[in-house]
Order: sequence, then structure tokens, then C-alpha cells
Amino acid sequence: MSTSLTTFNRRSFLKSVGGGVVVLFTTQPRFSQAQSHGAQKNDLPFNAYLRIGEDGRVTCFTGKIEMGQGIVTSLPQMLADELDVAVDMIDMVMGDTDRCPFDRGTWGSLSTRVFGPELRAAGAQARYVLLGLASRQLGLAVEQLQVKDGEVFSRADHSKRVSYAALASGQGFVSDVSEAVAVKTAADFRVMGTAQLRRDARDKVTGKAEYTADVRLPDMLFARILRPPSHAAKLKSIDASAAQAIKGVRVIQDGDLVAALHARRYLADRAVGLIKADYEISEIDVDENSIYDHLMRMAPEGEQVAQGGDLSKGEQLAKDVFEETYHTAYVAHAPMEPHTALARWENGKMTVWASTQSPFGLKRQLVSTLGLKEDKVRVLTPYVGGGFGGKGSSSQGVQAARLAKIAGKPVQVAWTREDEFFWDTFRPASIIKIRSGLTESGAPAFWDYRVYYAGARSSELHYDIPHHRTMAHRRGWGAPEGSHQFATGAWRAPGASTNVFARESQIDIMAAKAGIDPLEFRLKHCSDAKFIGVLKAAAKAFGWTPAAGPSGRGVGVACGIDAGTVVASMAEVEVDQNTGVVAVKRVVCAQDMGQVVNPAGATIQMEGCITMGLGYALTESLHFKGGDITDLNFHSYDIPVFSNLPRIETILIDSKDPDPHGGGEPAIINMGAVIANAIFDATGKRLFELPMTPQRVKAALA
Amino acid sequence: MKEMIQFTLNGKPVQLEEDPGQSLLWFLRADMQLTGTKYGCGAGLCGACAVLVDGVAERSCLMDLNAVANKTITTIEGLANGEELHPVQQAFVENDALQCGYCTPGMIITAVSLLGENPSASEADIIKGLDDNLCRCGAHKRILKAVHSVSQNTTDGEKS
Repeated sequence: MSTSLTTFNRRSFLKSVGGGVVVLFTTQPRFSQAQSHGAQKNDLPFNAYLRIGEDGRVTCFTGKIEMGQGIVTSLPQMLADELDVAVDMIDMVMGDTDRCPFDRGTWGSLSTRVFGPELRAAGAQARYVLLGLASRQLGLAVEQLQVKDGEVFSRADHSKRVSYAALASGQGFVSDVSEAVAVKTAADFRVMGTAQLRRDARDKVTGKAEYTADVRLPDMLFARILRPPSHAAKLKSIDASAAQAIKGVRVIQDGDLVAALHARRYLADRAVGLIKADYEISEIDVDENSIYDHLMRMAPEGEQVAQGGDLSKGEQLAKDVFEETYHTAYVAHAPMEPHTALARWENGKMTVWASTQSPFGLKRQLVSTLGLKEDKVRVLTPYVGGGFGGKGSSSQGVQAARLAKIAGKPVQVAWTREDEFFWDTFRPASIIKIRSGLTESGAPAFWDYRVYYAGARSSELHYDIPHHRTMAHRRGWGAPEGSHQFATGAWRAPGASTNVFARESQIDIMAAKAGIDPLEFRLKHCSDAKFIGVLKAAAKAFGWTPAAGPSGRGVGVACGIDAGTVVASMAEVEVDQNTGVVAVKRVVCAQDMGQVVNPAGATIQMEGCITMGLGYALTESLHFKGGDITDLNFHSYDIPVFSNLPRIETILIDSKDPDPHGGGEPAIINMGAVIANAIFDATGKRLFELPMTPQRVKAALA
Repeated sequence: MKEMIQFTLNGKPVQLEEDPGQSLLWFLRADMQLTGTKYGCGAGLCGACAVLVDGVAERSCLMDLNAVANKTITTIEGLANGEELHPVQQAFVENDALQCGYCTPGMIITAVSLLGENPSASEADIIKGLDDNLCRCGAHKRILKAVHSVSQNTTDGEKS
């Protein structure tokens, strides 16, 4: 038992969650791991806990949050099976740092593959505890008991029974026995593996679902933040007299943070527009076109992430050598809900409701920024309106808290769309350089891969190439000072879309040179059963007929692995030779994600990835001049719309892999590559830069 | 500065002395606590803030309060008949036609307006009618299917 658990006050904890039977699930390495991930002293140090109430309802407390990815449905599915209760009997409390166990953040497709097994173990343990209680109450050995729909009964005599509700009544105890209780196996699943409709749908279609901007507190003020003209701008002075002439307006300046506040939102809007501010701006002359040269000049040293054979031997074996450079642009997250927070400063405690993917991360930031004790900060997370990695950063929460402390009233900070584009942590612009070769017989001879600024995720080479090396010039997000002119960060499957675009384009180039059908080339040089499985499944659904590229038909293939999930995509495009416009007619995607908890939810995520992926492939690129972001709304930043929608077919492969892998990100990683390869197949021309805008397509065709 | 404005909101008459130049969106969300209508862009580009004005979907972020004087406004909260969902709402539930749900009220309001004008909307009509409503999660395929399922047009859509 960790030190923190021994000091953990069971009585006050039980009181705070409302009694009943509370089952904690803890694994020993958990707490030290949590500490290394930034858990603070008062964070609950167990993996998960469940409360069985006197009404028989089960409440699951988790630091994960719901942002559309569907765990509000799939996590209860897991519990329903482990506990033998109906899904409808399970309530979720998510992302509340006072009531939920520490969680690092909802990202990386970790909820099902990493948290899922922990939650299932907690469910199995809770069932074990309840069976023990029933055994004592019924005077029967546990082995003689059976559970169905929250009722424990004797196998021999079904009239001898007691419900979870009755077992929980008047109990008021916390159980943290850490004996390993076996979870169920696939043969015993009733709910896992079956399609469940979203549980949050009714609230979301009626407008009842509460997002951060919908939370109301008495006396709250609406704040509008004064946005600087550029990330390179330093505030010198402000003149707020015109703004303050509006009755009830308060203008707050706290260092570089300037905001207009009012009890009526529209007046806060008016007031912020009247604040005059002087800035000192020293801008670097770089924009979306010159950025790649700039980034290469600033490039950090490479770090070897994979290596095999001997590149110089590979070069000797090669008859044809291909040396290409790939570029991918800065891309915005653009969730429909901009970052929002509501902060209340009361009795020395800061409570912040926030649209965030990392409530505990925000809590930590608040503790350090405001200099508060850890138990004096609480973050709550209502429904989040899309994240895609962008809400891992929650600076709006800090803004709201700073303002609330000064204003002495609750303050809502709801970023405008312009604020959202300005303060987003964009997918970094990246460069990939590949040298590769084919032998006399048309087999891959070597592969020399360098990725700059995107990190190494999904750069794994799943092709049999005897001599290879992969170098990442910065493995993660940190980039040298002065390289990016604004914040960058994780964007749905960070780095993967960039790496897959480059690798799968290069493989296509090699297949075309070898004169082999691109699917056949991939199958021939890959010995991974999962890759072969998804490629064949996609080909079957697509009706792929072999032909060496370019065949003129406009079909393409790409494959990759992300978050443990292997995914193959095929696409059909039409290219308008006059306008350069690419219409994606059809996308087929086959995915092997191991154990599938909610096939409906997994399918929706695949469709979402495919649809969202059209954007970074074809239209999305952030425009800027130095630190001045010139795309501030959807006038000029085009995300996919209904008329861009291809026919989409998705396939989930049952490979009998008992472990769950990622679901929220994998299907997006192939979209740039599969469309680029289909454009090549249609036109014989290859695009090396994303997005593949009409101008770039026309230039390639000229 | 303030004027007397009256209109019908979700079936109930409203009479207020208010600044007529304020945006309908913030009035609904911040002052009437009708938070189902969402802010997405403030520029009429995303449709998250759509409400029905005399049965037709309008972008409330672009409308001043005086533009709805003497009109009938229905927000997402006013669509269902008690516990009974509007057929378009029901279709969204049954087709899993949402993820984060933030664009959903605007999508539903726009679809109701579209089907009000054209009860037999084809898949192509629906695509055209919803093309200025943005969804970032990529629920488009299911939204299309949901709306089409309510249309009297029974030809199968290619994409849904």
C-alpha cells in the first residue's frame, strides 16, 4: 500500500461520495507512476473507484473526460459485464479532480487500451466484494452464488437472493482489498463487443447536455480577453477609458492579461473592442511558404529511433535510388467548442470548470500559477465539445482563474473563434526526407528516413527492408526557440499523419518504379500478419483490381499503425485537370484494433477520422506572417463539409487479439497518403506537400 | 437606448425592455439561460447557433434582437413535445449522428428548417442544405443518414 493511501481518510472520502459500498482499485506501481506524471499530494492515488449506492446504481469516478470519443458509453459497457449489471444502472462522474482518481489526460487513445483494463479490474473486484457481502447475508459460500442484473442469488435456489442495492444499504464502507480478481473472458461478455448507441445522445439532441460555457453561477461575469495582434507582440500600454465608459464594465489588467468583464456578455464584447493597446512587435519574416526553409535552418540534431542492417551496403545493392522531401503544414484543431472556462474564487478555494482534456494538468497549472495549496484547487470537466489534442492545453482555465481572483466574482472566459485560432497549439509544420532504393529485381534495398518536427510516432517501418535507419530530429514536441512562431502541440495521432504520408508515398514511388501494383508491392514486402490482414480486407471490400500505377483510375492504398491499431485505407479520387480540385469519391478503411468494446462507437470514430482527415489532406493549412495568424475564422480556414463527403465503408477485423488498442486516432493517419497515392494513380503526378490544394495540384499537372 | 421588444420564444410570449442592438445568440444563451444554442464562430460560418425564426433556420450570432421583434423563435429546447422528441432529434439518437454534440443543436435546427421547406429532400438536397453547418468530429455520414431517414424521399442515399 502506498504511503498516500495509508494517510487517505476513508471516512471523509466516503462522506464526500455519498455512502454505499465504495470499492477502490489500486495497483502498487500506480502511485509512483502517477507522481512521475504530475499527480499532486491530494490527488486520489488509486486507479479507479466505484460506488454502489443504496439504490443499486453504480457510479464510476474517473479522471477521463468525454469529448465526443464515446467513452461515456464504452466504459460503462466494460463495467456492466464485470459487475453483472445493466449499462443503464451505471453513472459516470468524469474529470472532477476532487472526486476522481488522478489521470494524466484523455489523449493518445489510452482510455480503452490502458485505462480500460484497470476499470475492468475494479469492476471485477467490486463484484467480488459484493459477493462476499451476499455470502455472509445469505449464509452461502461464494461458489454457490450467481449474479444477474445486480441481483445475487443461490445457484441451487433462485429464491434465495439479495440485490446489490440491499447489500449497499447502510453499509458505508470502503474496500480496497488488492487481491487480484480475474476479469471475465470474451466468452462471458454480454455487453462488451455488442453495439451500443451513445448514452449522451438524448441530452445532446435536446440542448440539455452541459458544456463549460453553459454553466451558470450567481453574479458571474463574462470576460473577453484582449487578443494581441501577434504572438510576437509585447504589450506596452492600454487605454481602457472608452471601454470603461460602458456602465458596469470592468477592465482588468494583470501583467500581459487584459480583459473586459461584464454581467452581460454582449457588453463585454462591445467593451473589449473599445480597449486601445500599444504593442511592441518584432516579427520574423516567415510565412506558410518560407517556413520549411526556416525550420530546416533551425533543425535540431537527429536521434536514431530505429536501425537495421547497414545503409552503405543497402546503397550498393540499389539499382534505383529515390530521394524525396515531404512537407506538411501547420494545422488547427478547430473544435466546434472553443476553449472555455468558468472560475470561482470562494473561501480560499479556486474551482474551475473547463473544457479540457487534462483536468489534473490544469489543476497543476493553477496550483503553480496562483501559488495555491493543492487542496485549494478543484477542476471540473463538463462535456467537452471536441478536443483532438488541442484541449490538452488549457490556458483559458488559468486566464479565468486569474480574473476571478481579481474580480472577486465568478468569471467565464469563453474564447471566440478568433481567440481559438490564435491561441491554438497547432500541429507543427514538418519536413520528412527519405532516401530509399530498389534492387535490380525490384525489391526494397534500403531506407534512410529523417523526420523533422513531427516526432517519430507511426514512423515504424513494417516493410521488410534489409538496411534501414530512422532518425527523428526532435522526438517529441519541444522545438528549438525561434523555430515555430506560435505554440504547437499534439493533433489527433500526433506526427502519425505526417509520417504515414511520407512513408506510404515513398513506398508507392518504389512500387511504381518496380512496375508492380501498389497493393501487391506492399503485401510482397510485408510479413506482419495484421498488416496483411487489413490490407486484404480493405482490398476485398474496395474491389481492388491489380494494376501498376499510374493506372488512370484514381485509386490509392496506404497503411500504418497507431496506438497499437493497424489500419489500411483505400481511396478513389477524381481530379479536375482544369481547376486542380480533388474530389474523394470513396474511402474504404479496414482496422485491426484487437478487442472491440463498442463496435458502433469504434465505427463512428473511424468515420470521424476519415472525414476529418480529408481536411489535412486537401485544404487545411494555417496562414500566418511571423506570429500573426491570418486565418482567424472559417472564412479562410476550410475544414471538411458535407459536400466533401466520400462514400465511406469501414471494416473492423476480428483477429482474436484479446487486448484492446486505440480507436480514436488510427484511421486518420492514412488519409494524406491514400489520397496522394490516388491522385498519382489518376494523373501520374505526385504531390509532396500537404495539403494538396487545387493550386498545388494544378502546379503538379502543369 | 432600450426599447420594448416582444416575440414568441419556444411557444411563450416574451416582452422585454432591452437593448435592440444586442445579438440574439448572447441574449438567448447568457440572459435567457437557453444554452442549447451554441456559439461556434460568431460570423455565421458554422451554424452551431441556428434557431428557427418563423420556422426558418437563422444564425442567431448574426441577428440583432430587434430583427426578431414580433416573430416566433424556436430553439433546440423548444423542439421536443414534452418527453417526445421531434422526429429529427429522434433520428439523430437512433443513428448515433453525433459525437461531441456541440454542433448538434444547430444541425438539428437546420435540418428541421430544410425538411419544413422540402419534406421530400433527397440526399443531394440535404447535403446542400447542411453544407454551411460545420462538424469537426466528422459525424457527417450519420447526420446525413439521420436527416434522410426523416425525409419522405425514400430513395437510398449513396453516402448514408
